Amino acid sequence: MVDAGTKKTLQNIPLLQTRASPRDKDLWVQRLKEEYQALIKYVQNNKTSDSDWFRLESNKEGTRWFGKCWYVHNLLKYEFDVEFDIPVTYPTTAPEIALPELDGKTAKMYRGGKICLTEHFKPLWSRNVPKFGIAHAMALGLAPWLAVEIPDLIEKGIIEYKEKGETSNS
Amino acid sequence: MASADEIQKQIEELQNKLDSLKKNARQKIDKMSSEVKDSNPYSRLMALQRMGIVKEYERIRTKSVAVVGVGGVGSVTADMLTRCGIGKLILFDYDKVELANMNRLFFTPDQAGLSKVDAAAKTLNFINPDVTILTNNYNITTVDSFTKFLDAIKTGGIDGQPVDLVLSCVDNFEARMAINAGCNELNLNWFESGVSENAVSGHIQFIKPGELACFGCAPPLVVAENIDEKTLKREGVCAASLPTTMGIVAGMLVQNTLKYLLNFGNVSNYLGYNALIDFFPRMDLRPNPQCDDSWCRQRQVEYQAKPKEEKETEVEEVQEVVHENNDWGIELISEDNNEEIKPNAPMASSGLKHAFEAPVASQQSNTIAPTVSDDVSLEELMEQMKSM
Ligand SMILES: [Zn+2]
Repeated sequence: MVDAGTKKTLQNIPLLQTRASPRDKDLWVQRLKEEYQALIKYVQNNKTSDSDWFRLESNKEGTRWFGKCWYVHNLLKYEFDVEFDIPVTYPTTAPEIALPELDGKTAKMYRGGKICLTEHFKPLWSRNVPKFGIAHAMALGLAPWLAVEIPDLIEKGIIEYKEKGETSNS
Repeated sequence: MASADEIQKQIEELQNKLDSLKKNARQKIDKMSSEVKDSNPYSRLMALQRMGIVKEYERIRTKSVAVVGVGGVGSVTADMLTRCGIGKLILFDYDKVELANMNRLFFTPDQAGLSKVDAAAKTLNFINPDVTILTNNYNITTVDSFTKFLDAIKTGGIDGQPVDLVLSCVDNFEARMAINAGCNELNLNWFESGVSENAVSGHIQFIKPGELACFGCAPPLVVAENIDEKTLKREGVCAASLPTTMGIVAGMLVQNTLKYLLNFGNVSNYLGYNALIDFFPRMDLRPNPQCDDSWCRQRQVEYQAKPKEEKETEVEEVQEVVHENNDWGIELISEDNNEEIKPNAPMASSGLKHAFEAPVASQQSNTIAPTVSDDVSLEELMEQMKSM
């Protein structure tokens, strides 16, 4: 199941209360505020524990999210664009987090660079609707994925370290 | 550089190929004929009528079906319905054809790079020009596209009415839940279909809002393969697929679609397929009064309020199914007590299981209190996040 480290991380991310999708006009604004508060707290936690690993922002409707995530391997920082849409059935269904530049480079992805989640993710997410939000999806979905896949992709020579200033598109 | 003569020759060859393609395409047919002759594409279908299986087969031309997802199952589904002479097909997919799809049926390598809906529409039109085919190239789960999707199925019938049936041939939970939300809201009947990620089982599920369980009423019901989780290797890949399993599931889906649209035989409410032991479990699923989807609960109230006679005729049909199924030792839910399947009830005898545990209603204890302060605006929060 979920490892002890992830569990601790999750426990320190505020839980959300409002069950609302982008189709629920006013309630969605309330949900969005909760999302941002949870994300801000999570990033603060990461900074405090010296494990800062992503930044996200959204369009003003909060339906489309984008940003960067990074992974440090052998003291080198590998950075990737991250993006996803909030599905109409959110928060019943989790967002499908994508790293478009890695599309086609690993079998652990669906079309468009959507990461392939572990079999534990969906049951855990569904048990925690509507309390889990974007921050939880990042901690429970993307973080473990990067930890497994990135070292593997580096070892296989599929991704290479880029100096600062270079574009991340290969 | 090619000489002018060579180019001229190439043009002639291409012209000949084009002419032969045009010659092979058939003209539209106004009325389905039951005449038995080589040139009638409908003679074997109309024979169903003569044999007393289907009454008035040509009613199929008045039917419109939406196929959501034109992959391994959806493309074969659309192919079968086209050959059966369905009136109208509305296709939804946002993916492109890839060479990695060639282990499945329908698409051909020369179509790689084309959008699945356009490539499919072209082939389907060629197979049967009598079918009206509409294509929609977008992801239905995003907010804007979902609205377009709802409009398309609300007005996609032959006469501008809603479509007669929606068929879900998608490969992910998010899209299934989006179709579920849309069909509950619009009160449209639909079939869910699925093939397991290890390619050795699949199922179809009929969903009639209010009457049969919706896709959100309980965790998805899937075929129990009895493969030891420890021996199941998931490393390195997301999903496997076989043309066989997908073809069989598409066949189950279209067979039940035909039975439903043309009123013959019994429509299965849930039909599973276990490829490892060739087992086809069946099941009836009642809606969950506590379903998260408010439209589902609303439809349940409406269904309960329906006049009794209307419901009784339907009960009769299902009772026949119960009788048939008992031979196979499959547990069915009794019609009378209106009992729904308990999310975590043991279902071992049925050969089916829930894909995951149902959410527990109790509160978790390991939580820190959510800090929802109303004195901060969304804009301020967005700004704070940006400046971190
Ligand atoms: Zn429901």
